[in-house]
Formats: sequence, structure tokens, C-alpha cells
Amino acid sequence: MAANAQKMRLAAGGRIDRSRPLSFSFNGKTYQGFEGDTLASALLANGVRVVGRSMKLHRPRGLLSAGVEEPNALVNVGESGRAEPNVRATAQPLYPGLIAKSQNCWPSVKYDLNAILGWTSSLWVAGFYNKTFMWPGWRWYEDAVRAVAGLGRLPKADDPDTYEHRNAHCEILIVGGGAAGLAAALAAGNAGARVTLIEQDWELGGSLLRVRTQATDALEDNWLKNVGERLAAMPNVTVLAHTTAVGLFDHGVVAAVELLSSRHEVVAGPRQRVWKIRTKKIVIATGAIEQPLVFPNNDRPGVMLASAVREYTNRYGVMPGANIVIATNNDSAYEVAFDLDAAGISVAAIVDERSIGNCGDIVDIAAHKFRVRHNAFVLDAKGTKGVNAVQVGDTHGKPLTSIGGAGTLKCDCLAMSGGWQPAIHLLGHARGEVRYDEAVAGFVPGEAPPHIFIAGAANGVFDLSSAQRDGECAGANAAAELGFDVGRPEVNTRRSRNGYNIKRTIKSRNPGKQWIDFQHDVTLRDIDVAVREDYVSVEHVKRYTTTGMSADQGKTSNVNAIHALAERTNRAIGSVGVTTFRPFYMPVTLGALAGRRKGALYTPTRYSPMDALQGKAGAAFWDYGQWRRPAAYPKEGEALADAMQREAAAVRASVGIYDGSPLGKIEVRGADAAAFLDRFYINNVPSLKIGKARYSIMLDEKGIVIDNGIFARLGEDHYLIHTTSGNASRILAWIEEWRQCEWLELDIIVRSVTPAWANATLSGPNARNVLDALGTDINLANDAFPHMSIAEGVIGNEEVPVRIMRASFTGELSYEVNVPARFGAALWQNLLKTGEPFGITPYGVESLMILRSEKGYIHVGADTDGATIPDDIGWGGPAAKKKADFIGKRSLSLPDRVRKDRRQFVGFKPVAPNQKIISGAHIIGAGRSTGPSEGFVTSAFYSPHLERWLGLGLVQSGRARMGETVNLYHAGSVQPAKIVEPLKQFDPEGERLHV
Amino acid sequence: MLQVECPYCGVRDETEFAFGGEAHTVRPENPAAVSDVEWADYAFFRNNPKGVHLERWRHAYGCGQWFNMVRDTVSHEILEVYAIDAVKPALRKLG
Repeated sequence: MAANAQKMRLAAGGRIDRSRPLSFSFNGKTYQGFEGDTLASALLANGVRVVGRSMKLHRPRGLLSAGVEEPNALVNVGESGRAEPNVRATAQPLYPGLIAKSQNCWPSVKYDLNAILGWTSSLWVAGFYNKTFMWPGWRWYEDAVRAVAGLGRLPKADDPDTYEHRNAHCEILIVGGGAAGLAAALAAGNAGARVTLIEQDWELGGSLLRVRTQATDALEDNWLKNVGERLAAMPNVTVLAHTTAVGLFDHGVVAAVELLSSRHEVVAGPRQRVWKIRTKKIVIATGAIEQPLVFPNNDRPGVMLASAVREYTNRYGVMPGANIVIATNNDSAYEVAFDLDAAGISVAAIVDERSIGNCGDIVDIAAHKFRVRHNAFVLDAKGTKGVNAVQVGDTHGKPLTSIGGAGTLKCDCLAMSGGWQPAIHLLGHARGEVRYDEAVAGFVPGEAPPHIFIAGAANGVFDLSSAQRDGECAGANAAAELGFDVGRPEVNTRRSRNGYNIKRTIKSRNPGKQWIDFQHDVTLRDIDVAVREDYVSVEHVKRYTTTGMSADQGKTSNVNAIHALAERTNRAIGSVGVTTFRPFYMPVTLGALAGRRKGALYTPTRYSPMDALQGKAGAAFWDYGQWRRPAAYPKEGEALADAMQREAAAVRASVGIYDGSPLGKIEVRGADAAAFLDRFYINNVPSLKIGKARYSIMLDEKGIVIDNGIFARLGEDHYLIHTTSGNASRILAWIEEWRQCEWLELDIIVRSVTPAWANATLSGPNARNVLDALGTDINLANDAFPHMSIAEGVIGNEEVPVRIMRASFTGELSYEVNVPARFGAALWQNLLKTGEPFGITPYGVESLMILRSEKGYIHVGADTDGATIPDDIGWGGPAAKKKADFIGKRSLSLPDRVRKDRRQFVGFKPVAPNQKIISGAHIIGAGRSTGPSEGFVTSAFYSPHLERWLGLGLVQSGRARMGETVNLYHAGSVQPAKIVEPLKQFDPEGERLHV
Repeated sequence: MLQVECPYCGVRDETEFAFGGEAHTVRPENPAAVSDVEWADYAFFRNNPKGVHLERWRHAYGCGQWFNMVRDTVSHEILEVYAIDAVKPALRKLG
């Protein structure tokens, strides 16, 4: 094909730059367009009519609109990581080298084999999925259905581009840069307010861009230029073009997406920018969206909205067809007829559904120039790959022979106008009132929240000069409410809502399929089916038929669907109501939402003071909450699971070293510290002697276990409490809330000291020998410093301050050696060196999990859940014994908490040797192969010391079932296991702790 | 996206704050002495009004202080912000 074969391009006119031709590719073929084109207008200029296939029935589809409301022309733009699916060709600016492909068609858009679905479409009615794919189950059908349904495909490669978020503040935000929005910006800007105007198009003007620029009376164009220049000159006005307001949120926040680089394949800087704009007043001037007429085969390529026909002709200098029929139920399409005529395009006829008495003056004028038929309806749009004729009939469906044989008009384009719906989505986000207006034949704003003004076509004020005036008033009023002097008080924001004398009727005059929702392939028949099945609520009909649930959110279908529902249920449209608009107004890419928060910047990572040395020691790092920690330290060629086994064995055989720095550490000081902490723990706090430590559990007020750990007394009024690593900030916040909100009279200070201390934990029979070898002034002898002791002193030759706690999570003799964070790396190195003769082995978090599971030590959050109370994990005794009140105590005697069939903490032992126990498996009765579930395995590991698998878990009435054999159910299969005492699987008397 | 006036730091964005549930729930003086029903009312039940709600907030990514707020759950209008130990505002005034 010749490069310049833009056979449908008009010789002159439009806002395109004819001196800058651009070549692009669509479905592998190269075409030419111009700077200023959209992908859609360039395709149309090249005579490409079929751009995609419909989602369910794979019908050939062309362009319906010329803007963001487009339901059909969704294409894939770009390649590899830059590929973006579901791009509206009608809103995609053409750029040099643009590569676009149709979606949802195979092998090609022209010959789609799945179009056979269209011939069997009687099956694909509303509720089809729910009714048909029930047996033997949806999973049986899923792959086949997903392969032929759906829209674009996600790119597999990483997106190389960046996206960013930006906050902005202004006093008046104006959404929409059409006539009303520009007038509002001018009025508010003149008054001195800080104004931001956002416009979704790359050019300001809105509907003015559709107006014919060659006309001798191009007043609109001059006004547009003039206003644009004046706004640009105002320092207090910011204009953001190519920026779409996608959501309106509480307290004056509007989210908007700016498309920075959609005009180029590659640019420096971010591709899209999400704006979070906080403003005092909002003017919604988002215009109105033209609606389709509902008639058989209204989805044929070449059947377009009249406004789109006008925009392609005037803005892009493209002929949507050489011979165009216009079908309408209102006055607005007549303006299109005049513009087409002026551009030299033949208007075959105007088919008007209304009687002559219901029309405006423009219709009388048009009657002198065009062939106009009133009380006339489109009965069918003929042609497969594109419309080639229109059959016209009367209100009863009888062909109107007066306009040609069998009422048929030959044409290559049908411009339709089914009326206009104000774009009030953002008002919906603010829960503003919306009501049906007969004069507008659409939904219009009712009472708006006080900071929101609606102006122009969005307000149901369609006439251009009235819309400008409406915008000016809205801008001035918004400024006046903020105290700016607007010269003269503007009080009357209510312009007359005249509409275009729209008269909408939706009837089946012909048995053919009439589309309501083009993108989701919902037809009038689907609405009929829903009504026949007694669906009444508009929200239910929406969900049953899926009308309006596609990516375009029903921008061109909701009004017709509601209207059809009202007619079929004999209700007024206003009483049917409208479905709820929710953010986002337009699909937003995940990249834009993520912004910079991806990869390493997704969430902050916390590093231990010894992190660099862990890497040197060969750590395999995993993420544990915010912390990056060694899971284990595999040697070269060693599998991670083998490393865990080796490390766990080394701890019990001699000594291991563990980086415990992330352990949550909170200090509580003050005269009331003991009394304060006593209210949090289930056992006694004040009785603990200085230099001693005690294990305990914290509950919430409902009696549920929220954390466990050790608290130690460093002085009379000085405690150190340990929390589980992942829970540290939550527990600090929990304690702070009680301190600040409930017990203000207590004299205490609470501080997190987690990052202040580095912790190297020595564990194993040789732990004391290693520590003694390094040297400390603390007497570590067993009787001087027994299990559950704490002391402060110095360590090593440099006499570094140290806090040593003797406590254990492995079941072995253990010392937690804490030094100020800056000495952490040195401590780790020195301990490794001192421990060399003992074969000291670094062990990771996963190795520790094996060791603690062997001992039956609980891991809160893994072995407990949101229903676990102390008695469930064997701590009912201490909690009941404690006299003083503590948080959650009273809940422990509630009927639910003393139920006999509660899930209790137990151990599991395999029945057969070498049998694996799987964490997450459900417990079911012996001999059963399926539920009901009586509990589950919460932890399971292979024990190097028992040389078998072991499990921990929660089972109904578990403590009374010791020795019972149950079945463990996992992924369809069952294995028997024996319930055993969790604490008695290894070193049942705890002798290894006290050596 | 609320804009919250922290009583200690001034007006800040909602992202700096954490919601803490209903305010002015009173913990029984002696939990052991109250009935199961009374305790459950304190421990499990909260008001969830459509309209004016007295609630606890914390300036979590700021000064860390808790405070109370009167908020309309329909309009999200914040009617008052006050210190945690200040008296409960008269509902008449909040009308």
C-alpha cells in the first residue's frame, strides 16, 4: 500500500499538522497519519473500519466514538515491557513508530474463527455462565472459556518505564477544559484564586474542538485561542492537559492521572504521573457523553456516534464515510449534518424518531437542505464488515418505502445520536444527589455537596453560550465563597437545562440483536431476559446482564439500559434510578498506581547491624516482616533444607550463633512500671526480682493471645520487655495506647530500644565456654547466673557495655548477648573467632524454627490464631492463678472461653517412619478421607534429633486426645498421625536448659 | 482522604494517622465484679452510627499522640478534635 494512501483524509481542515506526517503500524501493516491525529482518526483516514472484535460474540467492531468513552476500539499499544492492553484508540495520540494490534481475535481481526460464537449467540444470554457451567463445575470449563473471552493480554516482560506520584494544593480545581471549564477558570483566576484546571485531552477546548474551524464565523475558535492565552498568562492558574480526574475523594481530594509520554514510544522521565490534588472548591465541568440509539445491528463498523462523526470531520479532517445517514432522537445531530455538508460529505438522509412538533428551530432550517424523515426509526444496519445500507421504518417496524425500495438507504456510515448524558461520575464519587431530568432526558446533578459546583453540559446545560455563562458563574461563585472579590456577586448558577429536545424510546421493532453495552456484548434481549426473570432493581439487572460492568463503566450504555428497564417494567426512569459511580472514572494502569513503590522501594527494609557479616557468612536472606534475615547459611553446593538440618544439629552438638537483633525490645521505666506491666501479662510482674527474667503472654481485652516473650527487671523501676520480632511495633503501639488513653495517672515512660541494641545469641552446650573465652565481668557460672537471668556489664578486651540474658528458644543453654548497635559487627566477628575451637555454627531463622518445634515452643501467629486463649496453649493455670486483674482476664471466664471443645495446642507424630507432616493440613477423624475439620497442623519440620517429622497444631479438645490416631488431610490425600504432648517430644524435662 | 487537625501538630493528611475505634468506652472499674453481659458489652460491642461518631485517633506518623475526634460518618466532616482526657463534648452542641 502506498505510504500516502490516506484515502479518507479531507483535502483541508482540521487541527492536524499536515506538514508532519507520521508512520505507524496496525496489525503488522504500515500506515501514515499526521501529528495531531489519534490512532483512531489515522486508522479511519486510511479506510480501516474493523479495529477489533467484541468480547463475547467476537463481532467485528469499528469506532463508536472519538473519545475516552470508546467501548469498541480497545487495542494493544507498544511492544514487550512497554505494551499496554485495552488502550482506547480514540484517545491515543498518534506518535512516530506507534505499533498497535487488535485484541480478542484469532487468527486475525478480519477472519476471527471465534466469530462462530456469534452464530450460536442465542446461548450466550444473560446469566448464561451461571446457568450453564454448573456441572461438573466451573473449573472444568474455565480454561476453554477464558481462552476465547476477555479483552487484552498483560505484557509478560517488566515495564522499563517509571511512574510517579505528586501532591498538589490549590483553592479551586476545575475539572474539564471545555467551554464551561475555561470560563470558570477565567472567572476564578481573574478573582485572584489559586486555580488548577485539568483537561483529559492534550488540547483544551472540549466540545469546541469538534466545531468547524473553516467557517467564516469561527467565533468559537477565536474564543478558545483567546482564553487559552489569557489563562497561560495568569501566574495563579495552572493548566494540566492530558490529565484525567479519575476519582473524587473526601475533604476535597481529587486524584488525576497525567499521561506524560503517550505521544512517544520512549521519553526521559516518568511515563505517567498520578496527582493527588487537595482543593477547597471543585468545579465539575466534564461535559456530556452522547449515547447510541438502540436498533438491530447498531454495533456494525461504520455506525458511529454523530458527535464522533463531527469530530473526525472537523478536528482531524477525516471523512467517516462518503455518504452518511444520520439517525437521531434530538436536535444535536442536525449541527453534524451542516458540518458534513460544508466539508463536502454527502448526507443521504436524516432519520428523526421525533414528530416535527417536538423539534427545535434547527430542524426547520435543515428541512430546506436535507432529506429529513420524522417518526422514522432505523430497523436494521446492513453489511457484515461495515454498514452498507440502513433500513428505515415507522414506529410499528413497517419499512418506509417513500425513501427507497423496502425503506433501504445505501450509505457507508451511519451517524447516530440517542441523546446526551451529563458526565456526572465525579459527583457520584462525592455521593452527590443525581436525579432524572425530563428536559435533558438524562441524569443531572441534584443537591451537590457545598464545595462542589457543576457547570456546563455536565450540569445539563448543553447550549454553548449558556454553558460558558454557567461556567463563568460557577468559577466566580467558588471564588466569592473563598472571600475573593469577583466584582459583581454571581448568585444564579442555574442556567436553563434545555437539552436538545431529546425524546428517547427503546422498542424492539425488529427481531435482530440490538446492542446496549457494546463492550460487554449486552443486548436489549438480555434486559428482556432479566425482566422476565423478575429482576427489578437496576443494581441487580446490571450484575445479572453485566451491562455497564466493562472497562468503560457503561459510559455509552447505562442510560439506555436504565431506559429500557423502565419501559419494560412500566416505571418512570427517575424511579428506576441510576447505578452507583465509583472511582476510577477511567481505567488506571497498575504502574501508575504503584508509582515509585515497587521493587526495593515497595516497603522499607530493615537491616540488622550485623547484616553485612551475615552476607559474608553465606546467609540465604528471606524477608521476615520488614526485616531481611538469614533463613540459614548454606555452604557451597548445599541445599537450603540441608543447611537448616546441619545448623540445628550443630547447636545441640556444640554451639551456634544467631543474629537476634530484630527481636522487639521495649524499655519501661518509672515509679509505676511494675504495676503498669502487671496489667499486660498473664503472670505476676512485681514479684520478679532485679536481675531475673520471666516468660509470659499478652492478651487483648477479648482474652486472645497477641504476643509472648520475656520480660526482665533491670532495676527497681526499670523493665526490659521482649516481643516477637514481627510484632514489635504493634505491641509498642498497644502499650502506648493504654498508657496515653486509659492509665494517664501512672508514672511511666515507654520506649522502643529495638534498633539501639545488636543481639548475638549463643546457644548450645558450649555457649558458656565461648562467652567465657571472649571475657566478661559478669559471672556466668550456672548457680550465679541461672536460666532466666539478666545482667549488665562489659565484654571483651575493649570493655564494650553489654546486657546478657540467659534465656532460650532452642531448648539449649543460651545467652542473648546485647551490645550497643555500633558494636554489633565487632561482637559477631569476635564471637565467631572465639568460638572457632568449638566449631561455632551460625544458624538462621528457619533452623531456629526446627529447634523450637522440637521443644514444642509456641510461635505466636503461626501456632496461634485470632481465636487462641492461654488455656488453648496450656497456659490456663497461670492465668487463672493470678489474683490481680490484667487485660483480657475477665474474658477468660466467658462461656465461649471455657468450652470443652476448644482447639488446643498438641504435637503430631507420624505413624509410619519417613512419613512427612505438612503444615496447614487439616485434622480429620481416623479412617475418614474428608472433613469436617477438627483443627490443623500449624508447624511441621523434619527433626534431625528425633530423625523423623514432627508437627505442632491446634485440635478440638486436643489435650484429652493424647495418643489418639487421626488423619491429616492435605490437597486431597490423607495420612495418619498420632496426637502427642507438644512439649515432650525432645528433652521432656528441660535438663539441657539448666546445665 | 481526610484532612485531620492533630491537636499537637496542626493540619495533616489522613495518611499520617491511625484510626483507633470508638472513644469514651469505659473499662469496668472491677472487671471481676461485672456480669458476662456487662463485660461483653464493653469488650465486644461498639456503636456504629450513621452520623455523628466519637472516635479515637493517633498521629501515628507524627507525634505519636492519641486524641479524640467527632466525625460525621456520612459526610466525613470532622466536627471537633480534642485531647484524650478532655470531657466528652455535649451531643446537643454537635446537633
